[in-house]
Amino acid sequence: MSFDIAVILAKGPQILAGLGVTILIWVAGTFFAVILGFIVATARRYGGPLVNLVLAIPVEVLRGTPFLVQIFLLYFGGPYIGLRLDPIAAGLLGLSVYGAAYYSEIFRAGYLSVPPGHVEAAECVGFSRLQTILFILLPEMALLVLPPSMNMAIILLKDTALLSLITVPEMTMTVSAIGSQQYAFVESIVVLALVYWGLVEVANWLGRITERKIAKLSVT
Amino acid sequence: MTWYLFQLLLQASLMTIFVSAISILAGLVLAVFLSALRMSGNRWMYGGAGLFISFFRGVPLLVQLLLIFNLLPVIGITLPSLATAIIGLSLSTAAYQAENLRGGFEGVPIGLIESAEMAGFSRVQTFIHIRTPIALRMTFPALVNEAILILKASSLVSVVGLVELTKMAQNLAASTYQPLPIFASAGLIYLVINLIVAFAARRAEDALPGLPAK
Repeated sequence: MSFDIAVILAKGPQILAGLGVTILIWVAGTFFAVILGFIVATARRYGGPLVNLVLAIPVEVLRGTPFLVQIFLLYFGGPYIGLRLDPIAAGLLGLSVYGAAYYSEIFRAGYLSVPPGHVEAAECVGFSRLQTILFILLPEMALLVLPPSMNMAIILLKDTALLSLITVPEMTMTVSAIGSQQYAFVESIVVLALVYWGLVEVANWLGRITERKIAKLSVT
Repeated sequence: MTWYLFQLLLQASLMTIFVSAISILAGLVLAVFLSALRMSGNRWMYGGAGLFISFFRGVPLLVQLLLIFNLLPVIGITLPSLATAIIGLSLSTAAYQAENLRGGFEGVPIGLIESAEMAGFSRVQTFIHIRTPIALRMTFPALVNEAILILKASSLVSVVGLVELTKMAQNLAASTYQPLPIFASAGLIYLVINLIVAFAARRAEDALPGLPAK
């Protein structure tokens, strides 16, 4: 067998386009997942026992089932209930909702880690609930939620590869398609693996730098 | 969605459970071996184990499975899809489990290791009889977590041609035009399996011996 990686690398522009879609969906999906996860965690904290229970169910279902089954359900099952999405929209929605379930648990643990005395103190000096969240709870939990949040972002990056199975034109789909056209499957998957490996290592490295920066700001 | 279709999904879930269980155990053995390499004091072994762990944690499982699936036949190894799936899942979970075990090995009280040495244990004996059992006991909750992750990740082995729960759901969804109830049922089965594993693990942890004091 001949191992000719040049065949794949000649398709550089196409690979870069796929990489662009991967990064775009990853960044946007993680952004929405963090926002939605934060809203869910906040609602569960302040919304009373009924809201807490009602939100706990989807969170547990999303965390207890494979992401692949979730996106199949959304993409192939959605049209039967009038939810007709193109692959990129379905992928982005799926990734955001799936990630939100995990981020809501990260923020929930963050909320629990802040001593109740600090919240009471904020209320005593007349902080509104929003002010308490913004100026007391969020800064205090930042250090604790940062490492799991970075981990989750990296998990989401790797999970974007699954979106190729619902025909999102991201990197895995693009590079495997090139491999089939050129009869160079092994070369294409090797290139694919190396690019993901590099991306994850860069993301890890950025995470460590951010953690160190935040740790310096910490007063406790 | 008929009872018959649901039964087909249940049957396929046995394959999911089987593949996951074998991969978790094989991955655990490999993870202990990787930990031994990392603690060997030899920097080539240390570096090799580190590279293995970094690669398998850094590349999406889907891409790993595609790599193994395409690479093995090229180098002259043809394996049934079941074996390919188990190899892929085992290698991946081994890297994650080795990372979990690292904390466990670091937590083994130094006094215990010193006493083992005083009693005449060799380094290998200390590793096998003292450090590994304690590290495994300490990281049991992480192992359970990993087991649940692998149960969910096993949904990807459909790309190497193995018919497990997700692949069966895909086939049935395509042939009956009922993707909604079929994928929802598949999700429900995964959820129930994971709840059972989590529940059984909590029971098992109570039954396990306690940890040595620091």
